[in-house]
Amino acid sequence: MKYIDEFNDPALARRLLDEISATATRPWALMEVCGGQTHSIIRHGIDQLLPEQIELIHGPGCPVCVTPLDVIDQALEIASRPDVIFCSFGDMLRVPGSDRDLFRVKGEGGDVRVVYSPLDALELARKNPDRQVVFFAIGFETTAPANAMAAHQARRLGLTNFSLLVSHVRVPPAIEAIMTSPVCRVQGFLAAGHVCSVMGTAEYPALAERFGVPLVVTGFEPLDILEGIRRAVRQLERGEHRVENAYARAVREDGNPAAMRMIEEVFEVTDRNWRGIGRIPSSGWRLTEAFRAYDAEHRFDVGGIRTEEPAECRSGEVLQGLIKPTECGAFGTTCTPRTPLGATMVSSEGACAAYYLYRRMNGPTPQAARATREEMNPVA
Amino acid sequence: MCLAVPGKVVAIDDSADPLTGLIDFGGVQKRACLEYVPDVRVGEYVIVHVGFALQRLDEESALASLRLFEELGLLEEEFGDAWQQAEREAGTAPASTAPAPTAAVAADQTESGSEAR
Ligand code: SF4
Repeated sequence: MKYIDEFNDPALARRLLDEISATATRPWALMEVCGGQTHSIIRHGIDQLLPEQIELIHGPGCPVCVTPLDVIDQALEIASRPDVIFCSFGDMLRVPGSDRDLFRVKGEGGDVRVVYSPLDALELARKNPDRQVVFFAIGFETTAPANAMAAHQARRLGLTNFSLLVSHVRVPPAIEAIMTSPVCRVQGFLAAGHVCSVMGTAEYPALAERFGVPLVVTGFEPLDILEGIRRAVRQLERGEHRVENAYARAVREDGNPAAMRMIEEVFEVTDRNWRGIGRIPSSGWRLTEAFRAYDAEHRFDVGGIRTEEPAECRSGEVLQGLIKPTECGAFGTTCTPRTPLGATMVSSEGACAAYYLYRRMNGPTPQAARATREEMNPVA
Repeated sequence: MCLAVPGKVVAIDDSADPLTGLIDFGGVQKRACLEYVPDVRVGEYVIVHVGFALQRLDEESALASLRLFEELGLLEEEFGDAWQQAEREAGTAPASTAPAPTAAVAADQTESGSEAR
């Protein structure tokens, strides 16, 4: 457990907490969408510092966690080919596929490289004309402009040995899926700040209106999160449901128009499978027809892969905020960061990893009744 | 990987395509694509994600974030060696640094701690 004096401005944190306590007259459940926020919350013990009535539910905002198993298996198969240099962000190395991970593939002789930016992968393609260079293009709206630029540049340069294994996901359809679940308990959202840095807030008013929930755009530093909670609780107590921007220093209402233009040029909206959750309509991006030549899934013909999820992993429920990681029977026993069963235990932003890391072996149990596992798949 | 790190633009290469700059993240310098903040100037602060500047940020907020990132060891994670981290997590780090079996659980926790952001 962390203490308030570890905040970078403890006095301000205290004031925000006091205000939240004074405002909240009854229980409220808020979902933080971004996995970075989840880690910040657990690391600083924000959930334990809050008044009892305020429950934070962890959302699905970790790109590493929600990348579906079949795409991980596709990545593993492509990365195993002798003619391929497979490039990925470091976070993906230990995400379990059906029977291994990228780290193992490298151990078995695969040429797997960690890159800092998709443009680094593009550079590798230029320098290795006799090899196929494949970049694992995962992520939310924050990462999409970078990956879109890589595809755009590849086409401009006429590179024939570069492709992207795309598994892009979008936040607003995920919020919609969470809210339409019959067992949803979420009453307000802390929307992911950096997603909004790119996309702005235009997609949110309709969601706030339709589901009657406040959506507060929030950063990921401890004080940002407290401020987001303060504003969401204030709205809830007043019976309001608006979009508020509590992260104005990095988020403009219209987002980043140049980045959005590039995304639109390269990607089109598509349905996507989310690991552990299932199919969410219109929840992702894929390369448009004009860029299909840079789609690794087509180039390597890895469409028909069959997958096998470990039966005991309940990460789908964790990602939808239906259970806390500690409620999973495998948590901390058969499933640890060293022997992960699900991506939520591996990813630096996964809720299971956060709980394990900060020794939350018996996290707070929400008062609401638990639904059975079968009832919980709102989008399958 | 959905977080983004604030940094100061220390140089801009106008001839690069796409537009590229050198960004200082509290001492670590990295190149980043500036196409999405095309009118940024040297000395300004930007938020950088996977090698792309996404928005400007005022100096005060940027410095506060950077201080926090540094205190929490996040800069090391962002720019550190991902293979070494993966090795530690997998328990296949060289013997000198590998934890004793009895300490495995505690080691998991401290070691993957450097991975969180
Ligand atoms: S603790 Fe492990 S097995 Fe349980 S939900 Fe999390 S990742 Fe899956």
